[in-house]
Amino acid sequence: MSRNGFLPLGDRMSGGNPPGVPAFLSTAAAAVVALLRRVGLWGRGLVIAAPYLWLFLFFLVPFLIVFRISFSDAVIAQPPYSDIVQLLEDTDLEQWKLQITLNLSTYLRLLTDDLYIYAYLSSLKMAAVSTLLCLLLGYPMAYAIARAKPSMRGPLMMLIILPFWTSFLIRVYAWIGILKANGVLANMLGAVGLVDSNWELLYSDVAVYIGITYSYLPFMILPLYATLEKLDPVLLEAAADLGCKPWEAFLKVTLPLSLPGIVAGSLLVFIPAVGEFVIPELLGGPDTLMIGRVLWNEFFSNRDWPVASAVAIALLLFLVVPIMVFQYVQARQQDGEERR
Amino acid sequence: MATAQVIRNPARLEPWQDPKAVPYVRIEKVTKRFGDFVAVDDVSLSIYRNEFFALLGGSGSGKTTLLRMLAGFERPSEGRIFIDGVDMTEVPPYERPVNMMFQSYALFPHMSVEQNVAFGLKQDRMPAAQIRDRVAEMLALVQLDRFAKRRPHQLSGGQRQRVALARALVKRPKLLLLDEPLGALDKRLREKTQFELVNLQEKLGITFIVVTHDQEEAMTMSSRIAVMNQGYIVQTGTPTEVYEYPGSRFVAEFIGDVNMFEGRVVEDEPDHVLIRSDEAGCDLYINHGVPMPIGTQVSVAVRPEKVLLSKDPPPDGGGRNATRGIVREIAYLGDASIYIIQLHTGKTVRVTAPNVTRRVDMPLTWDDEVHLSWRPFAGVVLAQ
Repeated sequence: MSRNGFLPLGDRMSGGNPPGVPAFLSTAAAAVVALLRRVGLWGRGLVIAAPYLWLFLFFLVPFLIVFRISFSDAVIAQPPYSDIVQLLEDTDLEQWKLQITLNLSTYLRLLTDDLYIYAYLSSLKMAAVSTLLCLLLGYPMAYAIARAKPSMRGPLMMLIILPFWTSFLIRVYAWIGILKANGVLANMLGAVGLVDSNWELLYSDVAVYIGITYSYLPFMILPLYATLEKLDPVLLEAAADLGCKPWEAFLKVTLPLSLPGIVAGSLLVFIPAVGEFVIPELLGGPDTLMIGRVLWNEFFSNRDWPVASAVAIALLLFLVVPIMVFQYVQARQQDGEERR
Repeated sequence: MATAQVIRNPARLEPWQDPKAVPYVRIEKVTKRFGDFVAVDDVSLSIYRNEFFALLGGSGSGKTTLLRMLAGFERPSEGRIFIDGVDMTEVPPYERPVNMMFQSYALFPHMSVEQNVAFGLKQDRMPAAQIRDRVAEMLALVQLDRFAKRRPHQLSGGQRQRVALARALVKRPKLLLLDEPLGALDKRLREKTQFELVNLQEKLGITFIVVTHDQEEAMTMSSRIAVMNQGYIVQTGTPTEVYEYPGSRFVAEFIGDVNMFEGRVVEDEPDHVLIRSDEAGCDLYINHGVPMPIGTQVSVAVRPEKVLLSKDPPPDGGGRNATRGIVREIAYLGDASIYIIQLHTGKTVRVTAPNVTRRVDMPLTWDDEVHLSWRPFAGVVLAQ
């Protein structure tokens, strides 16, 4: 019988022959089941294995391909990079040799060429500023929703998620119409006499900040709301009872208890914002330097796949640190909840 | 119902008896409405220094709302609240000389026991060394010194209760509000903590106002009880007064168990009253007069433990305060037994009797015919 209490499918298959199934099929199925069981891939193991298989196929394999390309030479060919693994035949000694050539100059270039360092730093700065803006905008919104009447919370959260029903690209395009010269914003400000009609925000860092903050705000609000909603209002009464003015109670109780939400939201905004390409491409100016754009240029304009791959790998390494922080905080939070 | 009251220091005054005493907390005609719902309805109360005052009532009786108005979390719709002579009606909670122990304890989950207790002192900008001493002293008082570094979620229910108490007491408030302080504890721990709370209150000389729905808890701990129902205060008095002389049917039935006999006044003299009751099957003689004309329909409340059971007729069998019935149910509690007796009139009566003899020797058993009697002071006349 199944140890885990799952449907004892294998037992039934190896035991009897269900009507209407050809004998060889059920025998084959039983053999597969027996094999999977032997390697521990049955029941719970199978369920856990599925996402790992997914990650292996669609994350690790592509990563390894990119990783390999980053060590090759750029060549004018199809594909535009050399193979780092070569099988050579030494005719004199009549031997076969497997030769692996790692071209490290791509990575050296990342370190020596100012462009890449600037692009990375600039990306980090843009992402950090956008994350901060999201936090400053998102926290009051999440707080208001969490403190709204329970019947209102659902509709309000719906409004936060609603923009996802429209294509991301279209929403970014909409900002072009708002921010361009003679656009919605310029006309409105012009009507009040604040700017002249040629004034525009488009194609500037400010436009990129607006775009990123707008696009990623829901990712900040969702985890913040989740932590703030769980916060027991009685704790604030207790703080008030012990002498805290409302703002002190916020700083000493609400803020520390919503820290997991702040960390989760910030990372959910920061990580994709660092590698953002579409928003700086559409809204940014020629000076807006972000690593996503550099990456795109290396791939498509320069057709230098090895350098582009190295840029991608370096970006990944940059982001591994915050991702690990995220994992750690989340694990700790779950741990705390279980113990509660 | 057997209720143990902590016997209080007899030297202690009963300030509410003293016309010159100045109340420490004065609630004047306070009403609180939530929309159309009237949670607290025109309540006036005076509570004196060092009292252990209980607000007793069922859910929705307004007791918690009244407590929250004292803490400052709710603002009265009408009326005023004075604490130590100062009008506190509009003062926010963080400026009141009052601390509260919350029903859910409301401990800060991100702080250790020590930090929780120190919270209020830090808020007062007390020097760090002094905070350390005070917190240590307080934790010793509630026997939690070994748990100072733990987080609330690592503590048992009883330990959390004591942290909440320490946190509320550490600022040495003149008035401590306790919202169902023992509600989350199991029975044994609750009894133990009741005595601890009373001792602590006497030692520290703090005025306690405690909200509870548990009449036994209120009886055990408090100097006075205010019984609340539907936003009103139905009766205020010492536990003995409220139990022995309930002012209304509601109070008689809410506090402890009671047998109610309907009847009508047939004799009303200054020193006694006689009530004829078909339900009881006898005349009820009560040794105090009532200001009610002959013929008035009244209820007479007789507590189960005041009824005597015997197989033989009571010696003074003048047909007053004496009736007969059949034992229908017996609940053996160890120290006492509860008998459910059906009178010959059909009325069911509850009687508690201490098990003076061993149960096996008990002379009474199911379906026995028994005589019930009670003394002239046992009954309480209640208007209908």
